[in-house]
Order: sequence, then C-alpha cells, then structure tokens
Amino acid sequence: MAILLNEHSRIVIQGITGGEGSFHAKEAVKFGSRVVAGVTPGKGGKDVDGIPVFNSVHEAVRNEGANAAGIYVPAAFAPDAVLEAIDAGIGLIVCMTEGIPVLEMVKIKKMLSGTASRLIGPNCPGITTPGAGKIGFMPNFIHSKGQVGVVSRSGTLTYEVIHQLTGLGVGQSTSIGIGGDPIPGTAFTDVLEMYQADPETSMVVIIGEIGGSAEEEAAEFVKEKMTKPVAGFIAGRTAPPGKRMGHAGAIIAGGKGGAADKMQAWTNAGISVVENLADIGRKVVEILHNL
Amino acid sequence: MKVHEYQAKAIFKEYGIPVPSGEPAGSPEEARIIAEKLGGRTAVKAQVHAGGRGKGGGIRLADTPEQARAAAKEIMGKKLVTPQTGGDGIQVRKVLVEEVLEIERELYAGIVIDRAAGFEQAVFVVSKSGGMEIEEIARNSPESIVKVGIHPFTGFKGFHGRRIAAALGVEEKMTPELSRLLSGLYRIFMEKDASLVEVNPLVITKGGAICALDAKINFDDDALFRHPDIKELRDFSEESPLEVEASGAGINYIKLSGNIGCMVNGAGLAMATMDLIKLAGGEPANFMDVGGGATPERIEKAFEIFSADTNVSAVLVNIFGGILRCDRVATGIVEAMKRVRLRAPMVVRLQGTNAAEARKILEKSNLKFETAEGLFEAAQKVVAINSKAGKVR
Repeated sequence: MAILLNEHSRIVIQGITGGEGSFHAKEAVKFGSRVVAGVTPGKGGKDVDGIPVFNSVHEAVRNEGANAAGIYVPAAFAPDAVLEAIDAGIGLIVCMTEGIPVLEMVKIKKMLSGTASRLIGPNCPGITTPGAGKIGFMPNFIHSKGQVGVVSRSGTLTYEVIHQLTGLGVGQSTSIGIGGDPIPGTAFTDVLEMYQADPETSMVVIIGEIGGSAEEEAAEFVKEKMTKPVAGFIAGRTAPPGKRMGHAGAIIAGGKGGAADKMQAWTNAGISVVENLADIGRKVVEILHNL
Repeated sequence: MKVHEYQAKAIFKEYGIPVPSGEPAGSPEEARIIAEKLGGRTAVKAQVHAGGRGKGGGIRLADTPEQARAAAKEIMGKKLVTPQTGGDGIQVRKVLVEEVLEIERELYAGIVIDRAAGFEQAVFVVSKSGGMEIEEIARNSPESIVKVGIHPFTGFKGFHGRRIAAALGVEEKMTPELSRLLSGLYRIFMEKDASLVEVNPLVITKGGAICALDAKINFDDDALFRHPDIKELRDFSEESPLEVEASGAGINYIKLSGNIGCMVNGAGLAMATMDLIKLAGGEPANFMDVGGGATPERIEKAFEIFSADTNVSAVLVNIFGGILRCDRVATGIVEAMKRVRLRAPMVVRLQGTNAAEARKILEKSNLKFETAEGLFEAAQKVVAINSKAGKVR
C-alpha cells in the first residue's frame, strides 16, 4: 500500500499546459503514474501527449475520476488552484509552487480542516511511491522499491539521501517532501503517523532543517507514538540567526529554531541522528540489519 | 523585507494608530529645522534596519533645535555599532526627529505568524514589560508574555482586545482606545502581508494617552508582488551589495565569515554542504543556492561573487542533478571559468543525472579542478586545498 499515493491514485495535473506542468506530467507517466487528466482554464478540449485537458478540476473529477492532484501553477494563482482542488473533493493535493504568500497558506490551512483533502507542500518536491507512481519533481532514477519511508523539508537534499539509500540497496516505501515554507499543508507528525501505521514501512528517515518547531513536534510524536525506528539528519548547523536560508521557513528567529536544539530533541526522542549527511545511508543499513 | 521606523510609522498613521509627532531628516540642518517646528524637547533616532540602536548611541535627546542638529551630526558622522550590526557597524543616512513624550508605562505588543502545528495563524504577543527586546523579556519575565491568536476568518474582535488589555494591565476606560490600536496593527499585518508588526515600547503617557513610541514592520517577501507601494520602501543601502546582485540573478546568497565559497543547488543541500565543510574542519564563506536551473549565466554570476569576496580562498561546487543534467552544469562551469578569473582553487562534485559525462567534460577542459564523488570526500578535499593555499600565501 505505501502511503497516500498508490496504484489507485488517478492524477490530475493543474497547470499541465505550462512548461513545468507538461514536463513533469510526462516524467510521471514514465515512472508508471496514472496521469488521467490535466487542467488549464481556457484550454479545455486539448490534450498534452494524449492526456486530456479540462477547464476545471471538477470536470477532471467527473470525466476521469481524478482523485489526486499535482499543482504546477505560478505563485499568484496557486492558492486558487489549491482551493479549487479542495472544493472538487480531491483527496491528495500536492503543490510544488514556491513563493506563495504566508497569509494565503494561513487561510488554506483553515479551509483544509473539516475536509477529506490532504495538502502536501507548497514549495515541495512532491511524493513518490516506487512501483505506483509519483507527483512532483523528484528525479525518477534515484528511487527503488522497498521498506524505508522518507520524509523531508527540502528538495535536492532529499534526492541526495534517497540516492544514497538506493545505492546501498535500500528501497523506499514512499518518499515525501513536505516543503520548506513556514506553514506546510502536511506536517512531519502527519507523515510519521501514516508511516507508523503502514505495514509496508519498517523504518523512517526524516530530514529536518532550521526554523520553526516542526522537528520538536516530530520528536514528541516519535517518543510518544512510534515503535518503528527513525534515523534523521538536520541541515543548517552553520546557519547564522535572523537570515532566511533560501527556504522561507528556514530562519532562526528570536533565538529559536537552531539546529543544535533540534538535534538534541531528536536524540532525546530516540531518533538516530547523524551529524554527517554522508553517513545517513550507512546508518539506515545498520538499523535495518538489526531489525 | 525590512523598512525603517519612519516608514513603518507612516503606515501606522494611515491606519489611525497614534505615533509621536516627527519627521525624518537627511542632514543635521534638516534635523534642526524639524526640531524647531516641533518645539520643546526632541528625540533624534538613527534610521537603520538593525535593532538595539539605543545601546549603540543611535538615539539621543535634545533640549533645543541646536542640540538636535548636533545630535544628528554625531549620529550620522560615524558608523553605528549595535549588538545587531556586527563590529564594523553601519552608516546612518537618515534620522527621525520626534517630540519627547512623558511616559507613564512601557508595554510590548507584536504580531507574528504562529507556525506551531494546530495554530498556524497570526498571533499577538504582548507583555507588560516593554522597552527591552522581546528575547530579553522572555528571559527576565516569561510569565508576563501572553499570546492571543486571531483566526483569519473572524479577524480582530472585541474579546481579543479585552483579553490583551487584561494581560497588559490596562485599565478599563482605556480598553476601547487600546483595542482600536491593536485592531489597526492587525489590519496592517493582514492587508500589507507583514511577517512582523512590532511596537516596542507601546506607551501610556502621563496624560493617559496610548502611543506607539517605536514601530517595526517586516514584510513577507513572497507577497511583495501584490504590494508595489511597499516594494518602493526597500532601502538597498541597508543590504549587502553582493546579496542584492545575487538575488537579481535568481541566486539565493548570504555572505558568512569563513573562507570556503560554496555553490549548491537547493536550499537544504546548500545548508548541509556548509555543515559538511565545518565538519571537515573548514569555515563556509557563504550560503548559496543557485536553484533548480543552474544555468551558465547563474554559474558565471556565482563565480563573479566568489572573486568579489576577498575572503574566499577555495571553492566547493556541489550539484545534485535530478532534472538538471550534470553535463550541462559541467559545460556551464567550464565556460564560466573562461570568462571569470577565479584565483581560488576549486573542488567540483556533480552527482546524479549524467554525472559520468560531466566528469569527462571537466577533465577534458584542461582547467584546474579537483573532482570528488562522495559528499564528505568533496568537503574534505576543499578544506585540504584551502589550508594548503593558505600556507602558500
């Protein structure tokens, strides 16, 4: 089953006629994903490499039974695209767009509660379940099917980790990038809970970074609720305070959100923290060996 | 994006929030004229983005217009060093000349986004103990800090005002006035896409009036596209020229104090690369994320930045090619090296799509690179080269 994205996922790509949308739709198809529709308002009736394009998400749901959405829409229009997907009852919404105003996410987050929709992102590389499909930017070749669940706040750093795992013969059940924004649609704790419940996941790799308190919340969850082993890495030990390190959410503010505190919280919660990113793959192999 | 106190106070005024009478001055003479117009005692305040101005001598009181002129001259004549500026200090280009109020009590009020799971909305942070930095309040009297979250779909309501008034110990007859002020702050936060609105101190005068003695607003960079008026308030002279230049080219760059320059794609990997350099015994000269599209133009700009930063004595390039192909990056590096004379030795690690082709391109170029395959290997190599380069000099 893996989590969230599986063989029953029927994907609609919002923004499919744009450069990024069409490129990543094709890459997703190559990876074996079922991309059943695209949406670009005003371009309904066309197709992109045989994928039918509709004017609205509602039409894609009605005509093609879409139940998962990938959003590749510029920041100024992305909040509207997310709300449209929620309104159409899409269960899994994955938004890759970077640069959405924080206050738009404040409203979207409130809109999500009480609906059946789950939002991954924004500003994220997406989600990949080897053998079932992917939504997002993650390069196809790094993945292999297996039993390690990966969750992270960043993009290329995550590819690096997944690539290390695959290189060591360690496959993944699902890999999720929750995104680098201050208010993500899905939190570390949500994903950890799903991995804990997933029979196909035997351990979890979590990649955090400076800023906010998502890592501390994850630590609390691991300590209280998880029985599966967790290995982790936190980026930004050398980051100066008060500076936004690329990701909108990666900032040490008011003396809070530094890497050292987060690593301590993880260690206290029983997470196997590696200081050296190059060691994370070997650490996972060691843990799996002892399971 | 940050703005100056006088700019924040202009926005406060638009929203009907009481601030002291005053005007910004660009010269000592202007400061004298403003002080004369205001009459009475004045405060002359350095307009810089760094906090802690009072501690660095950036805020002075003047009894006469002539004293205001002298104070402005003093403040603008030398670089201001505060706990937040670093040792070199910063040049003050403007001062704000304001009336001095008779203060009864100093309070603190701020609005930020509460990022904690389950909250995720604007939150008022208030304290009875104003006048010092909020971090200081948190250390000295954490019990005085009260947080009141505001749901975006209701906005600021009467009960929010009453809760905050109670937390601040403001008497009942002043609660409506305080509520109006707080409601104005909240509207600024929401309507202008702020990431921080802070009044420290928020004062109650001896005459029983409430007034924002200081004003600070930071704006969400990602929302500036819909606020052209705010965008115009940006003061480039407050920012590092190299950082401004980089952001113009689509590069996320932050200068640090070390000497190993690094160029990486992706923010998380860029931070992790800095950490690896440190772990290998070196010090990173910068954070740099050239983004998913590490185009030849961006690579060239990155190299220009390294050669402009005189601290940089070695460079590490760390690119993970996913959609981005490593051979393209390699070609970009070779081309950029021909145009930009980079004296610092370089270690290049290209991993991912077409990494083998990329290595061939680098080897064939006859340019001087060290290459590395492993992550930590790359960091160790650049640190070793750097310490060797240091001995030669």
